[in-house]
Amino acid sequence: MFAQQVVNAISLGSVYALFALGFTLVFGILGVINLSHGGIFMLGAYAALFLITRFEIPFWTALPLAMLAAGLLGLLIDVLVLRVLRKREAPHLMPMIATIGAAILMTSLSQGFFGSETRRFPLELFDQESFSWGPLTIPVLQAGITALSVLLMLLMIWVLRRTRLGQALRAVSESPKAAALLGIPVERLFHLTSFAAAALGGAAGILIGLSFDAISPFMGQPMLHKGIAAIILGGLGDVRGAVLGGLFLGVAEVFAVTFLSSEYRDALSFGLLFLVLLWRPQGLFGASATRSA
Amino acid sequence: MDWSSWWETYSTLVLSIGVYGMLALSIYLTLSCGLLSLANAAFMGIGAYVSAIITLQYEWPFAVALLLGTAAPATVALLVGIPVLRLSGVYLAMATLGFGEVVRVVLLNLDITGGPLGLNGIPPLTSGWHVLLALACTIALLQAMRRSRIGRAFEAIREDETAARLMGIATDRVKLLAFVLGAAIAGLAGGLNAHYTFTLSPGNFGFENAVDILTMAVLGGIQGLLGPLLGGAILTLLPELLRGLQEFRMAANGLILIVVVLFLPHGLWDPGRFRRWLKK
Repeated sequence: MFAQQVVNAISLGSVYALFALGFTLVFGILGVINLSHGGIFMLGAYAALFLITRFEIPFWTALPLAMLAAGLLGLLIDVLVLRVLRKREAPHLMPMIATIGAAILMTSLSQGFFGSETRRFPLELFDQESFSWGPLTIPVLQAGITALSVLLMLLMIWVLRRTRLGQALRAVSESPKAAALLGIPVERLFHLTSFAAAALGGAAGILIGLSFDAISPFMGQPMLHKGIAAIILGGLGDVRGAVLGGLFLGVAEVFAVTFLSSEYRDALSFGLLFLVLLWRPQGLFGASATRSA
Repeated sequence: MDWSSWWETYSTLVLSIGVYGMLALSIYLTLSCGLLSLANAAFMGIGAYVSAIITLQYEWPFAVALLLGTAAPATVALLVGIPVLRLSGVYLAMATLGFGEVVRVVLLNLDITGGPLGLNGIPPLTSGWHVLLALACTIALLQAMRRSRIGRAFEAIREDETAARLMGIATDRVKLLAFVLGAAIAGLAGGLNAHYTFTLSPGNFGFENAVDILTMAVLGGIQGLLGPLLGGAILTLLPELLRGLQEFRMAANGLILIVVVLFLPHGLWDPGRFRRWLKK
């Protein structure tokens, strides 16, 4: 029973971590809290749903296409909104307010176009089997979701840590001005970051849509709240922290439901966030207050 | 259409303009001191629930209910504000957002608040002059503050907090004052609101509502008191005007936020812009 809960917690936490990774990346590199990340997450799920049901594209082709669509949406928001505010050197609350607007716009438009009702991925697409391992029963679908989010996270961290692109991104996160002086195309990297973060957010939407078997225009807001909690737990702008924060949140939620009560599950993430901000504003896992990508 | 039937049709709308004007002013207060606090919807909720429980279950006079509905969120704001206001910028926004969600979940799960069903059959006690008086008092208080040492201290903190502290302003105490007073105004508005809508549910005081209140202040502009009032009135009337859009109604709010931030960073009511126009 306990081991089974651990498996569930890791599975949930890994998707939270994937969502939080994109969210924190934008903060680390652009210095912006992008509150439209929840909307992009939701539209990523819808994009995959339509590709699969309307155009009958197989899941493994629909997934990258939907990620591409989500990424382009993130790029669009960056070009139309965030870039304008960067040029003006607007106070840091302005992008936050503008992206709240973008989130409301996305939710409302999808409510209007897709309807408010909950949709489902056609589950017959997937293997409904489970495999047993000692006392554990792990559905293949759950294992696949976990594996996929871990894979995407590892890929992202590898790019940031081991490639020249990652080096340039880390330089931008230290200081965009100094990076520009070194000849790094800062503006292009901002666009790229917005694109990649949104693509990861879209992927998280698809995976959450699969694991809860529900897609609705309102799925973005609660997830955004969890993402905020995860990146604050991990320390704003810290990639490794966001992954750990997401996992931690998944574990905390699963065990809160098991041992406390399910009513207070949603308060838990925010109670934690609140305490962490008061006690260790730099995050649970960060060594110092300095941000690192 | 004669006056009494007009009032019957539109009284809720008119009262809402006043109540949302007060809410917009409550967030203006914290914004004018450079704090982005997203907790005002939660404070409104605390005020609404406290006053409704008093009139509904204890049947105490309305004035007492409103008074406690103002004092309760102010007390909560004092207790929460002391630790939370050490944070600034996005950290403060996140912490207050978190606080708001905790309040919503607590309202959803307590017995005395009626849980997810909320409270129904709240006595219709709010009349036009109550709202008018409360709004007038709020405006008078804020206007007096703007011209006082405290108002200048708000401005100094918004422009540069370090410089303000170096000049001898007790920044922590001034910020706490703005936070607590904002909570009191929001609580009063919530108490008034509960007694003409007759029902309360925890969903009314979540993130969406916090954003609505913020939108009003940002749309109207925070250069003066008229801005938030104007923003509150426009965003209260807008859903009525856009009734035909149905599901797309909220999209207008989202679009307004983006457009205002991009093209009207000082909001609609911007005395500086008017002065520039006059000079031309």
